[in-house]
Amino acid sequence: MIRLEVRPETSRFWSIGSPVLALLLTVLIGVVLFTALGKDPVRALQVFFWEPVKSGYAIGELAVKATPLLLIALGLAVCFRSNVWNIGAEGQFIVGAIVAGGVALLAGKDTGRWIVVAILLAGVVGGMAWASVTAALRDRFNANEILVSLMLVYVAEQLLYYLVVGPWKDPGGYNFPQTRSFEAVTQIPRLFTGSRVSIGLLLALAGAAALWVFLFRTRAGFAQQVGGLAPAAARYAGFSSRRALWLALLVSGGAAGLAGALEVAGPIGQLTPYVPAGYGFAAIIVAFVGRLHPVGMVLSAILMSVFYIGGELAQSRLGLPKSLTGVFQGLLLFTLLACDTLIAYRVRFGRAA
Amino acid sequence: MDSYALLIAATLNAGTILALAALGLLINEKAGVVNLGAEGIMLCAALAGFVTVVHTGSDWLGFAAGMAAGALMAAVLGVLVIWLNTNQYAAGLALSLFGGGFSAFAGIKYVQEKLPERPHFSIPVLGDIPVLGPALFRQHPLVYVAIALAVFLVWFLWRSRLGLVLRSVGESPESAHALGYRVRWIRFAAVVAGGSLCGLAGAYLIVVYTPLWVEGMVAGRGWIALALTTFATWRPARVLLGAYLFGGVTMLQFHLQGVGVEVATQFLAMLPYIATIAVLALISRNPAWIRANMPASLGRPFYPGS
Repeated sequence: MIRLEVRPETSRFWSIGSPVLALLLTVLIGVVLFTALGKDPVRALQVFFWEPVKSGYAIGELAVKATPLLLIALGLAVCFRSNVWNIGAEGQFIVGAIVAGGVALLAGKDTGRWIVVAILLAGVVGGMAWASVTAALRDRFNANEILVSLMLVYVAEQLLYYLVVGPWKDPGGYNFPQTRSFEAVTQIPRLFTGSRVSIGLLLALAGAAALWVFLFRTRAGFAQQVGGLAPAAARYAGFSSRRALWLALLVSGGAAGLAGALEVAGPIGQLTPYVPAGYGFAAIIVAFVGRLHPVGMVLSAILMSVFYIGGELAQSRLGLPKSLTGVFQGLLLFTLLACDTLIAYRVRFGRAA
Repeated sequence: MDSYALLIAATLNAGTILALAALGLLINEKAGVVNLGAEGIMLCAALAGFVTVVHTGSDWLGFAAGMAAGALMAAVLGVLVIWLNTNQYAAGLALSLFGGGFSAFAGIKYVQEKLPERPHFSIPVLGDIPVLGPALFRQHPLVYVAIALAVFLVWFLWRSRLGLVLRSVGESPESAHALGYRVRWIRFAAVVAGGSLCGLAGAYLIVVYTPLWVEGMVAGRGWIALALTTFATWRPARVLLGAYLFGGVTMLQFHLQGVGVEVATQFLAMLPYIATIAVLALISRNPAWIRANMPASLGRPFYPGS
């Protein structure tokens, strides 16, 4: 008989150890999965976990994928810490990309570099606007933010699709559902030659630092979190739950929108139906695996990025479907939640005394 | 006139998917557990059903496979939230994300594969009534099962002893525990039952509604089913009504396209989602109404002996 016993204090060891154990379990299940598929598990693990980090170029690609994941997760951490369940970051990402893409399409041959700033701001505004629909409905009508933000993802997808097959369709695009490619001047500046890493990475890292200061060093950050942990105490202290709701959704919407802008004016360079790549959902896992802590999320964003690139490599090298990425991501969150039990509980064998 | 009969028939067909899933989620929630994994469960169950039908040719085995897949996934969720006291939102979300990834991964061989044309069902005599026959009595048997299930749940939850126990576990697990009921096992049974109904909904979706496997084909129906339990303020009959209403909205987009309304198809495709948001906002506006019917311990873990 296995029992769980409440620990007198939460375990510091397991709060770090649980993500590590969860990752090990995920890899272990991965080995079983690869073997079941008739692939050499050692080779598969090598492709999945080693190739994405083995060269300078590979690490650059890792950073390209980690940037949007980290940005979105930072915003989601503000939400989850204040007990606001924004699950629709994917939609906010898409609308950020749409609005930023709209600005990018305005650029002509002789537009100045300032357009990049306008594009990024447009992305932030777009994401905020989309998130504010959820905030307003929650605030005004008490509508469940999980369901509203999620439904808005499907609406955003259709909106994007409407634009790329309708009014914004590239007339010279051989009838493909896409806008014309943005002018070169709209390209988000890159950090190094020979790598696709852009200033987005710096923005994301600055965001992580800013979040750390906000959460742990400011009164506003404290007030923001009290409502999530102890709503009654927050009320007693006079912290407004409405303010916390709006702040959480606007910050996360803005961050997701910025990520969308960085993607379309960066690696993608035009609007297509393939702009939504699931970053908004993967970022939920990044946020949880990173313990809603800025440093933790930097690490988990890199890890999740390994999964993305590992999935792509598994497709080209091993002939495995790319959706293996989603399987590993989901598994990691699952095992993490199970392992987190160890933080608050001790496992005891044998009958209760 | 005949086109309206067909519209009603199609509405019942589309609504049945939502009704089966939402009634399952209602059982869960009445026991105090929210299942945000419904979308992932439906996806995996749809795939399980599809693969089974492709290889055995039997629809009924397909439904059974969908239910088994749903029950299995819900059981994992149940262990996490009931015994390991994991946050219900996070665990459900994990299930949805995993289910989305896993079904895409495992279903890659079956993408765009189609099931052969199915024979049409018709109730003898009733099915031959003009207008009413095509509208109501030429449906797949599961359409009637969904209706019967709603009726059964009304009886079960409010008229049977076991239903009373189930509700008490959702309202006040502490009292139920004090009375000697095994709260965790009852919750677990409710979660597994709910999951198997979500699984049946997924299998129905692919076997009867769109017999074609496409990645992500559930397209948010799991989430809409979750929203339905709130619309219905946790009443089975209202769940059924809400499901048909949404089935109707889904069908309306095709109907409007058919009669040549000049709106981009993408805006019509948004309709079910926007309708969900609008109705959710309208219903939630009155907190007293929601709170009066919501299981009091919904989403809260229960630790016996703490």
